Amino acid sequence: MHKIAVMGDRDSVSGFACLGLETFFINDKATGERKLKELSNNGYAIIFITEALASELSNEIEKYKDGITPAIILIPGVSGNTGEGMSSVLRSVERAVGSQLLD
Amino acid sequence: MAILNVNPTRMELTNLKRKLLTARKGHKLLKDKRDELMRQFLDLVKENRELRAKVERGIRDANMHMSLACSTMSEESVAVALMLPSQSMSVEISEKNIMSVKVPEYNPVFRTTQEGSIYSYGFAFTSGDLDYAVKSLYDIMPDMLRLAEVEKTCQLLSAEIEKTRRRVNALEHVMIPDYVDTIKYITMKLDENERSTTARLMKIKDMMLENAHSYK
Repeated sequence: MHKIAVMGDRDSVSGFACLGLETFFINDKATGERKLKELSNNGYAIIFITEALASELSNEIEKYKDGITPAIILIPGVSGNTGEGMSSVLRSVERAVGSQLLD
Repeated sequence: MAILNVNPTRMELTNLKRKLLTARKGHKLLKDKRDELMRQFLDLVKENRELRAKVERGIRDANMHMSLACSTMSEESVAVALMLPSQSMSVEISEKNIMSVKVPEYNPVFRTTQEGSIYSYGFAFTSGDLDYAVKSLYDIMPDMLRLAEVEKTCQLLSAEIEKTRRRVNALEHVMIPDYVDTIKYITMKLDENERSTTARLMKIKDMMLENAHSYK
């Protein structure tokens, strides 16, 4: 049985607590890095993370791309959609194909 | 034209011919693997993009209601309302195999199955917008799980495709041409040796005949 975590600023993630996901309020890069490491070592299957926070932790997130757990998924935060989530999908296409074939 | 560093002997030639055969077979197999992976990957990416758009839209709606709720209620009361969730959700992971790439599949497990259990607060002191926000998050949750599954699969597949693509290219553009060139080089070298042996024998025969019978 694996847990699901949501990381991000308080306003963006507090709603997810009602659904039974575990929420972690993170406001700065250092705590984010530490928490991400801790969560992935503790068997969390999915970590939803706000785009704003993810853009600061991109190096850390990159490390977990090739393992089967955790799946780190970007979600838009309360401050709006930065398009980072969609462009990460396009980046994986670019990695596979070698060039950008979707717009 | 690059030639491998080998001795031009008959034994090396047989070895290389065998290696070339294996390389060609491997190249064909890897190419098929790459094509199939690519086909599956492109389907998944399409699904991934659709799901992502849907999830992002859903979360935006939820956030909108959440902002409204936060503006009509005090910050503390929102925090209190959401403090003790009555629902708890986890997933079971099963592994699926796509062309020998292990990808996860998530099955959600809820503590309670009652739909009302997502509201962890009394309705008396909270704004209706909070209910909307929670409800829209709840509605989008299955899609979010599916998104996590598909997006992770895409990431794993793209890593595997990259690897396979490199292997195919290395075989196609480096190893196979090298083998072909080296085989050609050894064959030519062996033929040349044979010709020089024949020439030498003819020359010796001439010399011996000359010695024995003073032939010219």
